[in-house]
Amino acid sequence: MTQEFLITILATAITAGTPILFAALGELLTERSGILNLGVEGMMLVGAVSGFIFAVKTNDPWLGVLAALVGGGLMALIHAFLTVTLQANQVVTGLALTLFGTGLSGFLGKPYIGVPIENAFKPVNLGILSDIPFIGPVFFQHDQLVYLSYIVVPVLWFLIYRTRLGLNLRAVGENPASADSLGVSVYKVRYFYVTLGGMLAGLGGAYLSLAYAPTWLENMTAGRGWIAVALVIFATWNPLRAMLGSYIFGGIDAFGFRAQAMGIAIPSFFLKMLPYIFTILVLIMVTRKAMANRVGSPGALGVPYDREER
Amino acid sequence: MIKLERRAAPSSMGLVLIPVIAVFLALITGAIFLYLNGLSSPKGITWGQVFAVYGGMLDGAFGSTYGVSETIVKAIPLMLCGLGVSMAFRMQLWNIGAEGQFYMGAFGASWLALTYPELPVYLMLPGMVLLGLLCGGLWALIPGIPRAYLGVNETITTLMLNYVAILWVNYFIFGPWKDPQGMNFPLSKPFEPSAVLPTLGSSRVHFGLVFALAIAVLLWFVLKQSRWGYEVTVIGESPRTARYAGMNIKKNIILVMFVSGAIAGLAGMAEVSAITQRMQQGLSPGYGYTAIIVAWLAKLNPFAIILVAILLGALQVGGYSVQTTGVPAAIVFMIQGALLFFVLGGEFFNRFRIVLKNQGKVEV
Amino acid sequence: MTESLLVDMRQITKKFPGVLANDQVELQVKRGEILALLGENGSGKSTLMSILSGLYRPDAGEIYVAGHQVSFKSPREAIKAGIGMVHQHFKQVETFSVAENVILGSKDAGFTMNTKQVEKEIAELSQGYGLQVDPTAKIWQLSVAERQRVEIVKMLYRGSKLLVLDEPTAVLTPQEARELFQVIKQMTTRGQSVILITHKLNEVMEVADRVTILRNGKSVATRERSQVNERELARLMMGQDIIAPTKRKLGNLGQPILQLKDVSAPSDSNRAGLCNVSLSVREGEILGIAGIAGNGRRELAEAIVGLRSLTGGSITLCGKDVSNFSPREIIEEGVSYIPEDRLGSGLVPNLGAIDNLILKEYRRPGLGRGPFINRKLAKEFALRLIESVGVKLTGLEAPVKMLSGGNLQRILLARELAAKPKVIVAVYPVRGLDIAAAEAVHQMLLEQRSKGAAIVLISEDLEELLKLSDNIGVLYKGTLMGVLPVTEAEPEKVGLMMLGSQPEEVKAS
Repeated sequence: MTQEFLITILATAITAGTPILFAALGELLTERSGILNLGVEGMMLVGAVSGFIFAVKTNDPWLGVLAALVGGGLMALIHAFLTVTLQANQVVTGLALTLFGTGLSGFLGKPYIGVPIENAFKPVNLGILSDIPFIGPVFFQHDQLVYLSYIVVPVLWFLIYRTRLGLNLRAVGENPASADSLGVSVYKVRYFYVTLGGMLAGLGGAYLSLAYAPTWLENMTAGRGWIAVALVIFATWNPLRAMLGSYIFGGIDAFGFRAQAMGIAIPSFFLKMLPYIFTILVLIMVTRKAMANRVGSPGALGVPYDREER
Repeated sequence: MIKLERRAAPSSMGLVLIPVIAVFLALITGAIFLYLNGLSSPKGITWGQVFAVYGGMLDGAFGSTYGVSETIVKAIPLMLCGLGVSMAFRMQLWNIGAEGQFYMGAFGASWLALTYPELPVYLMLPGMVLLGLLCGGLWALIPGIPRAYLGVNETITTLMLNYVAILWVNYFIFGPWKDPQGMNFPLSKPFEPSAVLPTLGSSRVHFGLVFALAIAVLLWFVLKQSRWGYEVTVIGESPRTARYAGMNIKKNIILVMFVSGAIAGLAGMAEVSAITQRMQQGLSPGYGYTAIIVAWLAKLNPFAIILVAILLGALQVGGYSVQTTGVPAAIVFMIQGALLFFVLGGEFFNRFRIVLKNQGKVEV
Repeated sequence: MTESLLVDMRQITKKFPGVLANDQVELQVKRGEILALLGENGSGKSTLMSILSGLYRPDAGEIYVAGHQVSFKSPREAIKAGIGMVHQHFKQVETFSVAENVILGSKDAGFTMNTKQVEKEIAELSQGYGLQVDPTAKIWQLSVAERQRVEIVKMLYRGSKLLVLDEPTAVLTPQEARELFQVIKQMTTRGQSVILITHKLNEVMEVADRVTILRNGKSVATRERSQVNERELARLMMGQDIIAPTKRKLGNLGQPILQLKDVSAPSDSNRAGLCNVSLSVREGEILGIAGIAGNGRRELAEAIVGLRSLTGGSITLCGKDVSNFSPREIIEEGVSYIPEDRLGSGLVPNLGAIDNLILKEYRRPGLGRGPFINRKLAKEFALRLIESVGVKLTGLEAPVKMLSGGNLQRILLARELAAKPKVIVAVYPVRGLDIAAAEAVHQMLLEQRSKGAAIVLISEDLEELLKLSDNIGVLYKGTLMGVLPVTEAEPEKVGLMMLGSQPEEVKAS
């Protein structure tokens, strides 16, 4: 394997991993607040389609990103309303969100299938950073959204572990009754992070339709939303680990693309299965480890909070 | 001032009323989206046209003998997948892999039909049923076993396997099974007549309906009258109590996952044998996912599943029939998703009642 | 004299479905006093205090704090007004440190939380009141008494003028309780007030300045401590004189039935599980097990009933080795279990009475019929059991979670005692029950004892253990510190053992 090939694979791993990364960060925040949102796939699709439509109509990809944030956020608000206020079953609500998002994106996107986009995100050279041997081409010859993710990850890490807001967030996810008794509004925190999570999922979707692919296809997320949900478990709810995990998945994706170029005679159908099978294997391994080390999920994950519950 | 009050027991009116209201609200939601979408199109749209779309859907689904039979044809896989899913849901196993189990059941059945085309019908069809059940069931065991022994989240694993199953089937119909006379379409060779499930009369309604009805009765009986059904109910409601009572939870998780997948696999077998009569791409327009809605809407009750499946089957047929007028078929998924939202939200009013303070109680 | 009143609650009413928890309750707290709020379980004490601390909102009534009318929409507003509550179930985030728990929700710590500074403040604050707390420790590492101190520090850190303590001594040894009383007396000397929720008369007499008594959701009286005695308090609390419990005679103990030899078992967290526990329970004996939560009580119960696998040692039942039998096999050996969490691990909340009552019987011949359940016999069986414990049900299919705690426990006991058990493991069998229901449960256990059952009674209430047990064993950090005949088990002595002293040391001291 030449160094050049390695660089290509690693650089592709990052671009392929970035949509999953955004979505996983969103789900991570959501779950930290104690709400499980299995609608990531649906929110990503809505983000992807609304981003694409706005970018095409306005010819400005950043307005597309904005639309994706709004689209994903609105979808997540539905989830927040049903699970936080109406205390509905979080698993089934998330599934409904995915079904609804799939339908909505297909409905809205129908006229845009095959429409070309002129102003998609393109790699931006970061000068000296991009010129560093090996590091430069792997990390710093990407588009702006990838660079944005480099900022978002440490910011979220700092938010969760080092700030008062993060303390409130973790407390609400671990023991809402405790947070509530000290005046942290469980509802506000949950609404806020569920919505923020949806916005990030929307951003992940927009990355697909505005930078990675760039085009609109029905169901173009192809299960990435679900992979993101699995990644959060792998990441033990830590943004830095989520980043690492996303790039590993991106790498597997990239390998699938390049394997045939490498002359590996495996039918493409089987190569395309790799990320899904890998997700299952990772989940099994992570669960085993979690059982051994008792690395738990947020204590109140999936449990509705009702102050007057007796 | 508005205030919520917890109900001592769920309201019995609500049990019936909520799904009805939910269906109504979901249709209104769909109408609003149709209208907004129409407004942004160059031709514009009026509310009359929106309702004409619904009229068209209703007409497509129930307006003719053909429509009715198509509705039932679409409902059969929904019934079977819904029954399968409901079994797992009852034990709080979130098997959302019915889609994949459906494909694997179809795959197993097709394998027999294509590999041993010369088999007589009395061996062929029972063999296909058996393989459909087995392949669907085994496919569900792949997530079922890690769930039982390690507690691995089955929601994600069952879903991942949907993609794998579809890719697996695609490999065969794009490769080894591809019909040489198929003009390069992703299709297998057509089955021999011995591998085709009989239909009822001259319609396309097939023997799968009998499977679905029989399984509904069987599940109802098992849940109500058998020790196993009792164990499944107790484990689903309270695993800790079940463990103390000496029930084998792991064994039951595996068993339930197998049964759940097997029923979905049977749906795939029936579809491929009676409807397409060959393996082909896009065999399911998402039956496995719609089945989740069917099961939840029916509150996991086997007989209600049959009825709800017909309703959603009609929605699908109606959706197809208006597609020619330029309405995207995705509207069907959207309405289904919205329907589930309203049902989920409506359950809240089963547990709480809204009270206007200092005034009389208002039942919702 | 409203000037001296810190809190004035007038005509407070609060309804829950089917229960009038508070009915026009009146309560006044003066500055710098300890007010005892006395009442039985279910008399509405916790509800009233949850209203005062902003957790619940009253349906009617007015609250004044320092002369101003208030209407708390959340605990935050109550805390701001200087009212802090220490709940019976501590509201703590176990994975956080003490300092993180204390500053949670407070804006003083700054956006990026100066943890070092906060830890220093907490250390100083707690020392001022004589509260021993390590601000850097994680909550899950702490004992129950330490966790209670954290709750108090949490409220003091927020400048509470009134501290509400909900049954604080229920989880403490007598020694720890005395330390706590020292702390709250210390608080009153600084002008702070304390409401002590309790149902123990001796506590009222020991620390309170005044006492307000609740009965059936109504405030029935308020008295100065100096003007009442325990007898009058009891009468006010129950509405009648209590019949002194008849001193039961010690039973005739028969053959050993249940024997544990060097039993070791892990715990769920990293805390002590069970460590080489050996004990023996004879026919007709009630062996009481005392110990502070987290010292192996639950692990002991679960090890005996087969829910927790042993890492060492053996358990024998009537001479038969049953170590690491499955729960089902243990049931077949005639062991009954009344678990700590009756609704969560003893019953199925959403199923009806029949389905709950046949839980241990459904697979035995009789109710079972091949792979099926004979539903007709099941109904008869259930009706028989329901009648035997005298529970009135609205319907056999109605979810049992709708029943009161006392009726739930009766249903559970009916099922567990139906099969004439050889061994009964009962964990906190009367927790949360009112006096009548508790008495009924005790009678049922004593009846089983006289029928020759060997009973292991695990409780957090020393009085209950002393009243029922023949012998009392004490668990500390997973080790059995010793077993005392009830005649030698004075509360003080048992308390010291619960804190880790050997019985010999206790005698010497």
